[in-house]
Amino acid sequence: MNEKIYEMINLPAFPTPFCPGCGHGILMGALLRAICELEYDMKQMLFVSGIGCAAWIPSPHFKADTLHTLHGRAIAFATGAKLANPKLKIMVVSGDGDLSAIGGNHLMHAARRNMDMTVVCANNLIYGMTGGQAASTTPRGSLTTTTPKGNLEPSFDLCKVAEAVGATFVARQTVATPIILTGILKKAITHQGFSFVEVLSPCPTQFGRRNAFRTAYEMVKALKNDCITLEKAKGLSPEDLRGKILVGEFVAAQGKGGRS
Amino acid sequence: MKAQQKTIKSSLAPGWYFMQGDEACAEGAIAAGCRFYAGYPITPASEIMVRMVHRLPEVGGVFIQMEDEIGSISSVIGASWAGTKAMTATSGPGVSLMIEGIGYAVMTETPCVIVDIQRAGPSSGQATRPAQGDIMQVKWGPHGDNEIVALAPWSVQEMYDLTIKAFNFSERFRIPAFLLADEAVGHLRETLVVKEDVPIVDRYKAPNLPPFGTEDPEGVPPMPAFGEGANLLVTGSTHDPWGFRKTADSATQGRLTERLERKVQDFKSEIIETEAHLLDDAEIGIVAFGFTARAALQAAKILRREGIKAGLLRLISIWPFAEEAIAHLGKRCRILFVPEMNRGQIAGELKKYTPTPVISLPKTNGEVIEPAEIVEGIRRKVR
Repeated sequence: MNEKIYEMINLPAFPTPFCPGCGHGILMGALLRAICELEYDMKQMLFVSGIGCAAWIPSPHFKADTLHTLHGRAIAFATGAKLANPKLKIMVVSGDGDLSAIGGNHLMHAARRNMDMTVVCANNLIYGMTGGQAASTTPRGSLTTTTPKGNLEPSFDLCKVAEAVGATFVARQTVATPIILTGILKKAITHQGFSFVEVLSPCPTQFGRRNAFRTAYEMVKALKNDCITLEKAKGLSPEDLRGKILVGEFVAAQGKGGRS
Repeated sequence: MKAQQKTIKSSLAPGWYFMQGDEACAEGAIAAGCRFYAGYPITPASEIMVRMVHRLPEVGGVFIQMEDEIGSISSVIGASWAGTKAMTATSGPGVSLMIEGIGYAVMTETPCVIVDIQRAGPSSGQATRPAQGDIMQVKWGPHGDNEIVALAPWSVQEMYDLTIKAFNFSERFRIPAFLLADEAVGHLRETLVVKEDVPIVDRYKAPNLPPFGTEDPEGVPPMPAFGEGANLLVTGSTHDPWGFRKTADSATQGRLTERLERKVQDFKSEIIETEAHLLDDAEIGIVAFGFTARAALQAAKILRREGIKAGLLRLISIWPFAEEAIAHLGKRCRILFVPEMNRGQIAGELKKYTPTPVISLPKTNGEVIEPAEIVEGIRRKVR
């Protein structure tokens, strides 16, 4: 491990509360490596999170200013902090339920305003902390504690949502490819304006074991198998792309600048 | 007091103004040092927001119209931790949406000011009509116990003065403070006198001391801001003095909730403010606040002309409640009347602190209470 990263974390807060096989630890590592490689000063950064497993990635683990807010409200809290002190480099790290269901309105409007912040959405397809209930991102047919016969509802494509509401940088990656993920996070962090990164992160405890994944390893393997880069997807028919998850940069509009 | 007290020059030229209550509130906020406003349109509070749009840029502040009231209170709390004095203004339905955020501000000890220009409810009710129905909502809206300050202005002058006081209390105690006005005062136009000197309070700063816990008998810890290198851990979950979450530790939860109560309750005499009118020889006590107190004062004068010795105790602060003043009034008067634009919220509170009979004179048809109605209500019981 990069020695500098020890300076960026609250060691007494470790080990993390994440379950064995959870992808959030890999995302935490990728975030720290991205910030470290960019040589950003943690003292100038503010990490804002909501409620849920992913909200614990920065708080209490990062040695920086952290704001662990209410369920769904991280982006609205971050908006106030950024406007009051535009020098702060702001990163919101939270889960799919927090950012896209209860907090969907704030995501939509911060993107529309092109608020200068990076939003990292750890998407594990489920409400993990509360016991595995269906989320707005749960795939159709999946078993959860609130969809015992399979999820009837269609799910959000979070990157399409972010693009539609005006985010000026939109990307998707998975924790199965941490080096590529780190690279994408670096681009998102240095982007001026509203950047949104969806990070697919397996939840073996609440999602995997109910949906025929016997181990965490199988979930990571499935992610690697199902994901296809935008470049590789070019020219493939909808038939070939069925069941595939597109990864890469969907939007990278430079020079638009943020509201502040 | 560890918070810093000082006197600054008014940003508005000293002198006499003819102004609306909502506008005077905005001017009071600017005078108190407010430099961040987030809001969402709502009648009858929107005039405050519109005034702030123009005034904040003139003093180097920031205004944002958020997507809803939940966003407003959230960004106000974020801005407060970024080091600014921040506020929002709304009416009852907006306060309902802000409740979770207000509880968060209590738990995280975040100074902020929330202006509630009360309108007739429940629900959307009558947007342009006055009420005083949010007394309990602002105090007991959030789950758990909440120490907040609420001040009730009865004039345009107090829309200005009490807004400044609300900021000072919120900074002094690190709590949300409400200006609990009603539509009648908010939309009233009358004289405002702006003085040159404005007494203000700035939050207590002490680097290297824990921001969420203190053994200090004054109970209010110092508050660093984001970007100062304090590695702040702000959370609405139960936390230790440095902000580390202790969500299953009974001792931490007990200590924290007790301190959050005591830091206000032990010093409530600094906050509680009442005003006595014609009470020296009064046998009949009227307790009123906000616009209703104007009618109550007139009613007391009318009753005195008829030989009924009535007097008014005006509540300027609503929370913390003026329990000693009420107990004292109960001893002096044989009966107490409480006219209010709700179904008896303050009347019920009085009964906790005095054995003297308390008669509620409620009115909730969306109109202000007339002096004649109070006179009639008292005559019926007293004669």
